[in-house]
Amino acid sequence: MSKKLALQDIILTLQQFWSKQGCMLMQSYDTEKGAGTMSPYTFLRAIGPEPWNAAYVEPSRRPADGRYGENPNRLYQHHQFQVIMKPSPSNIQELYLDSLRALGVDPQEHDIRFVEDNWENPSMGCAGVGWEVWLDGMEITQFTYFQQVGGLEVRPVAAEVTYGLERLSSYIQDVNSVFDLEWADGVKYGDIFGEPEYEHSKYSFEESNQEMLLNFFDAYEEEAKKQIKNGLVHPAYDYVLKCSHTFNLLDARGAVSVTERAGYLARIRNMAKDVAKAFVAERKKLGFPLVKDEKLRRSLLKEDK
Amino acid sequence: MTHTFLVEIGLEEIPAHVVTPSAQQFTERVSSFLKEQRLSFESIETFSTPRRLAIKVLNLADQQADIEEEAKGPARKIAQDAEGNWSKAAIGFSRGQGMTPDDIFFKELKSVEYAYVNKFIAGKKAFEILSDIKTVITAMIFPTMMRWGSNDFKFVRPLKWIIALLDDEVVPFNILDVRSGNITQGHRFLGKAVTIKNAAEYPEVLISEYVIADSQARKNLIVEQIKNLATKNDWRIIVDDDLLEEVNNLVEYPTVFAGEFEQKYLEIPDEVLITSMKDHQRFFYVQDEAGRLLPNFVSVRNGVSDNIDTVIAGNEKVLTARLEDAAFFFHEDQKNSIAAYVERLKKVMFHDKIGTTFEKMERVQLLSAILADYLGFDEESKSDLKRAAQIYKFDLVTGMVGEFSELQGVMGEKYALLMGEKPEVATAIREHYMPISAEGKLPQTAVGALLAVADKLDSIAAFFAAGMIPTGSNDPYALRRQAAGIARIVMDQDWSLSAVQLFGAVSKNAAANPKLYQKIIPADNTATEVTSFIVERIKKILEAEHYNFDVIETVTAETINGFKEMIAAAKVLKVHSVDEDFKETVEATTRVMRLAKKAELPADILLKPELFENDAEKIFSDKVTEVEKENFDNVEEVFQTLRKMRVVINNYFDETMVMVKDMNVRNNRLQQLSLYAAFAYKLGDLTKLNVK
Repeated sequence: MSKKLALQDIILTLQQFWSKQGCMLMQSYDTEKGAGTMSPYTFLRAIGPEPWNAAYVEPSRRPADGRYGENPNRLYQHHQFQVIMKPSPSNIQELYLDSLRALGVDPQEHDIRFVEDNWENPSMGCAGVGWEVWLDGMEITQFTYFQQVGGLEVRPVAAEVTYGLERLSSYIQDVNSVFDLEWADGVKYGDIFGEPEYEHSKYSFEESNQEMLLNFFDAYEEEAKKQIKNGLVHPAYDYVLKCSHTFNLLDARGAVSVTERAGYLARIRNMAKDVAKAFVAERKKLGFPLVKDEKLRRSLLKEDK
Repeated sequence: MTHTFLVEIGLEEIPAHVVTPSAQQFTERVSSFLKEQRLSFESIETFSTPRRLAIKVLNLADQQADIEEEAKGPARKIAQDAEGNWSKAAIGFSRGQGMTPDDIFFKELKSVEYAYVNKFIAGKKAFEILSDIKTVITAMIFPTMMRWGSNDFKFVRPLKWIIALLDDEVVPFNILDVRSGNITQGHRFLGKAVTIKNAAEYPEVLISEYVIADSQARKNLIVEQIKNLATKNDWRIIVDDDLLEEVNNLVEYPTVFAGEFEQKYLEIPDEVLITSMKDHQRFFYVQDEAGRLLPNFVSVRNGVSDNIDTVIAGNEKVLTARLEDAAFFFHEDQKNSIAAYVERLKKVMFHDKIGTTFEKMERVQLLSAILADYLGFDEESKSDLKRAAQIYKFDLVTGMVGEFSELQGVMGEKYALLMGEKPEVATAIREHYMPISAEGKLPQTAVGALLAVADKLDSIAAFFAAGMIPTGSNDPYALRRQAAGIARIVMDQDWSLSAVQLFGAVSKNAAANPKLYQKIIPADNTATEVTSFIVERIKKILEAEHYNFDVIETVTAETINGFKEMIAAAKVLKVHSVDEDFKETVEATTRVMRLAKKAELPADILLKPELFENDAEKIFSDKVTEVEKENFDNVEEVFQTLRKMRVVINNYFDETMVMVKDMNVRNNRLQQLSLYAAFAYKLGDLTKLNVK
């Protein structure tokens, strides 16, 4: 590592690298969410028989992780670099290691391990098998072969690679606090995100209007269910995402008890499952256009009904 | 001529805890495959790393053993007609065995003659059989199975390569698009692909590619390097077997290194430091001669010592970030008082349908006091118990436990001591979670043990009263484990407590403090449900000790009997089951028990000696009075009394007809029998015992 890459250079490098591997560069999705997986570019596209290769940065909000900008590693909102490839290429691990090389991290000079970490997001009916990747003891990436999304079996299997950009960057730039990261030449992460971190933490833990949030949750849920019935998959999914974020805000506020928690998660999961089914049905109506093998496409359309 | 047969399955990184069992499974499956196939061999060597599972069969036979056996056909009278011509049945039989009727001979079996042929199947060459090893691989089962790509095949992780070599010859087969071959992969970053010319070269050929495939050899390397580090630095490096096993299965080529953290973090309690190092980072921790924690750690890199400083610096940085967090919580937490934390528990839900954690502590405080009275605790213990029960969940709302939830109780003890609580109180806070697992350690102090029992008992009673009763495998609140915990603690403390007594304490508490139980008023059937739920765990304990089913049912039938007594009764019944008069003793007693069970007596009935009609009745009555006067806690003595009484009872039944028409006489006799049965029930319900 000669010159240290700024955070935006890290993003650019990853974008370039993965676009060369055939990934479409998508943009962050404009609804609040807790992880890149929840973007429709992953959650919806992982389901169904159509191939899908995409990469994008996703700002991920986790209200309960906010620390008023005081903790060097904990954030209300962090950034993920998300790669999704379906079907999973057989050399996906090698591709990932090459992406580290592109960032100037030579695996031979470090200790890189793939440590079992099977991923589950019960609130979205998702389960996968994979690893967290350790770079000299630091977890920098989550690596998952999706087995189930929205309660549906993922066929073909999609591989998801999620880089924690702040973690990875603080390693590359060798800083102890994410707020000291250089985002661009001369501008620090803290200059950009310090104030919002404080404000969002203050809001989530102390100021949010619980009653309003509870009402929002119910209203969003009602709207999501209604739009699923109307076959409007994407608007419905937006409301599922809003439910999820609203729940996270309530949770951060300590407004949700252990049992209630399970209840809310089940409500979100049921909606996510319905959306997933509706999405596949809609894609089928469109004739699975992304399946380019005509014979396969026809046989897929014939299946079941 | 014998052969060496090598199979290596190359995989993406297998979960560390799955590596060793999978390698064993592979070996066992190959072994039984070869046996089924009649291919003899001397031994199988097993190899495993995170990226490969391999077996090497030594001195494998060149071909299958031949089969030579007699095949039995139809009886002679069916096989041949009177003239000795072969019947259709005989021709069919010989053809079915791949022969002609000329091969048939006759042999007598149970004085009937049957047609036989000498069957011979020549063994096939090993090479031809071995491609079926594919089915051995695809049949393997793992704790978590996955699919990848466009395949439906499930395995532990995606399959990358397969080696199948009989000496120098590739045994061809394929799984998905992976064809068997003779090329293996070296270390992910240090090695390269290498062709194995002969199976015998394995695993040595991999060493120059930075892979130690022999997992024991790899483990030895780690242990040896750790020892060297310890000697060099005068350290005691704590090598936990499970951690060593895990670390060994995270690397193909181990290089042990040491790192350090700043001295100032040693102020953090050891448990926190150890959890951070051992559980979160898979580091070994380091002590000095006196057993004090040192600001150092030991870890294992997957590779060589080049650039080890970078690796050390990275690991130190990660650990420091964790310790910085822990130090922050440790200081922040001490800024508040225990009273303030307890106050916060008023807002923490234990469970929606039950109430807050604060309310739980209030119930447990009173419940444990009732139990302490039962057990005759002294005043000091009672006051320690009271204080502990007032505060014992306070650490749940500290920052440290929020971050390190596995340290609940442990931090409670630390903080309680720092905040001026008595050591007895602090210890009880830690101990009340025990046992944490089925075989987990039990509380050592009586105060801790009673708090643990009261806390678990309250949880069970509360969940049952709220209708959340475990069914089948569905036990989300681990109530079975808690019931087992209660049973184990009570026995370990040598307390005379029964399930009925325990639930009695809950009922008493609920009756006296209805406000605390308003959401969880015990229903009519809660008592029976809870007591039998707890006794069910005693049954499991007895099952684990291999008592017969009928003995277990017998001794656990009376939930009024103490746990300790139940276990003792099982032993007594087992020991005496070989006695000559055992059967007679049991039968005499059960005769009484059966009649007593049928008796529907008015509640206020008293025994009236003036209604006795014969001597046997009088003698029986006198003896029962004697027996009743003694308070038998010792079940062996109870049994000895039953044994002595058997003659008296037999005489009684010889002379006395119990179910007479005169209801006064009948009830008097039934009352007499009930009194004796109540005594005998201390051993359990003997009617459930199987005496042949």
